[in-house]
Amino acid sequence: MIIDLEKFIITRKPDWDEFETMLEFLESDSRHQLSPDEVQRFHFLYERVAADLAKLSVYAAEPKTKVYLESLVARGFGEMHGRSRGLPLLTRLAQLFTAFPKTFRAHFRLFLLVVALFGGGAIFGALALALDETAKPVLMPFSHLLGDPSDRVAEEEAEAADSDPMKGGKSTFSASLMTHNTKVAIFTLALGMTFGVGTGVILFYNGAVIGAVIMDYILAGEGVFLTGWLLPHGSVEIPAILLAGQGGLLLGRTLLFAQGRQSLSQRLRNIRSDLVVLISGIAVLLIWAGIIESFMSQYHEPILPYSVKIAFGVVQLLGLIAYLTLVGRKEEGALQT
Amino acid sequence: MSARYNELTISTPEGVEFVRRLASPVTRFIALAVDVMIVSSIMTLLSLITIFMQWVSADFAQAFTILLYFVLSIGYFIFLEAAWRGQTVGKRMMRLRVMDANGLKLQASQVVLRNLLRFIDSLPFLYFVGGSCALLSKRSQRLGDLAAGTIVVREPELQAPTLSDLGQKSYNSFRDHPRLEALLRQRVPPESSELAMQALRRREELEPAERARLYRRLAGYFRDEVKFPEEITEALSDEQYLRNCVDTIYRAAK
Repeated sequence: MIIDLEKFIITRKPDWDEFETMLEFLESDSRHQLSPDEVQRFHFLYERVAADLAKLSVYAAEPKTKVYLESLVARGFGEMHGRSRGLPLLTRLAQLFTAFPKTFRAHFRLFLLVVALFGGGAIFGALALALDETAKPVLMPFSHLLGDPSDRVAEEEAEAADSDPMKGGKSTFSASLMTHNTKVAIFTLALGMTFGVGTGVILFYNGAVIGAVIMDYILAGEGVFLTGWLLPHGSVEIPAILLAGQGGLLLGRTLLFAQGRQSLSQRLRNIRSDLVVLISGIAVLLIWAGIIESFMSQYHEPILPYSVKIAFGVVQLLGLIAYLTLVGRKEEGALQT
Repeated sequence: MSARYNELTISTPEGVEFVRRLASPVTRFIALAVDVMIVSSIMTLLSLITIFMQWVSADFAQAFTILLYFVLSIGYFIFLEAAWRGQTVGKRMMRLRVMDANGLKLQASQVVLRNLLRFIDSLPFLYFVGGSCALLSKRSQRLGDLAAGTIVVREPELQAPTLSDLGQKSYNSFRDHPRLEALLRQRVPPESSELAMQALRRREELEPAERARLYRRLAGYFRDEVKFPEEITEALSDEQYLRNCVDTIYRAAK
């Protein structure tokens, strides 16, 4: 027990002040670093302050100083046991380039499950429309998709022949698509908190809608138009939503299943950076998809030949597959050896 | 975890414990409302820029507004919480801070994740899901906090320790009676002396009327324990009497 509190404060305060100054330096910018000597000093002071708090804890008559020391210890504890210091934004973006495909591959089985859910939905939607055309308003509750596909194709091609169909609205449309799709992706990932059920439902539902649209256009003999319309942006947009689903299922699996003796919070901590890497990469993909959808997908023959659009979409899809499957493999190999 | 749900006790490997007070869902909601108002205000201000941009291109101005609102509504929370170590303007006003649930340094990935999960927490309206989850959670965590491993705490009002005003500026007349001083130290139990010292240290926190009443009671107690000569006590106020007693008791240890 500290009998002479005044003396205790007088003696110990210089250390507390020095420790607080070091904390303020570290907290002011996450990139600040201490020299090896300063690290030693920081550790020494942290232990002294912690010891002072322990002494003072017995002495309940000094709450203000106790709260002050608690705050110093809490801040010091965070700095002492925190992870590496923050990196510059450009370095992080450069890291994202390889971290994104690596994260995708690390949870590839979940991606297969996502594809199965989405594909299952697409088959369901396609079959439902093929078997019962009156189900169209239920399967595709969007006004612009309810009409006859051939009428729409004729209308769009006639419009394209007359003038630029997106004149004066390309940027707005592109921005709306980017924000809408990114919201859908975040939502798909976040619904993983429903133990993955919500993510699964969204994937199946979106699959059903797309399957029904594809079947509708194929039955109307407008397969080429549809491919030319969907492939340029869909070859990036749909994989992006599937990747968001992968993140959602990863979250759901982590909530549901134990991994050894790890607690739930430990398990969540392990996947946290993976989720952030996934959603960051997805956002970049969706920005690109938004630009393509607005500046390319909405232009049809005669302005833009379907062959060009389809070729672009195929090349883009192959590029994306190559990126996701190949980039960062060298580093992974180096780590394994 | 403390038995009281509004507190989180963290034990360090050094064997020291520190306590953080958890923020209530209501205070968090008020902080959020402040932040939403700030985002709206910034949007209103920036919409002036889009008016000028419309002269160049109406399409571009419209696109800029859409993107700006999206980036601002998500980025505001992420950027500020990352830059201000878990605080936004609303949280600062309400003295709240986001921190790691284990007391560790708040990571950028935690900030990003907890804010992205607002999409679910805000469902179906006014953060019903997040609020309900926080009310049921032992650590007042919404879904975003659970996924990110974060908690929101109330910042304590910090005051760097100062030497108290206990120090006797005037001469302690009790010193002229060492035998009575020794008797006082002997008779007064540690709890009572601590109580008296605490009452003096917290002088400024007490309402004047309450303070006078408390000091009268305490001085009365000390007067009953040891009778100092009347010529030195009659001119002393209750507060000064108490200060003399505390000085007498704690001076002994120096």
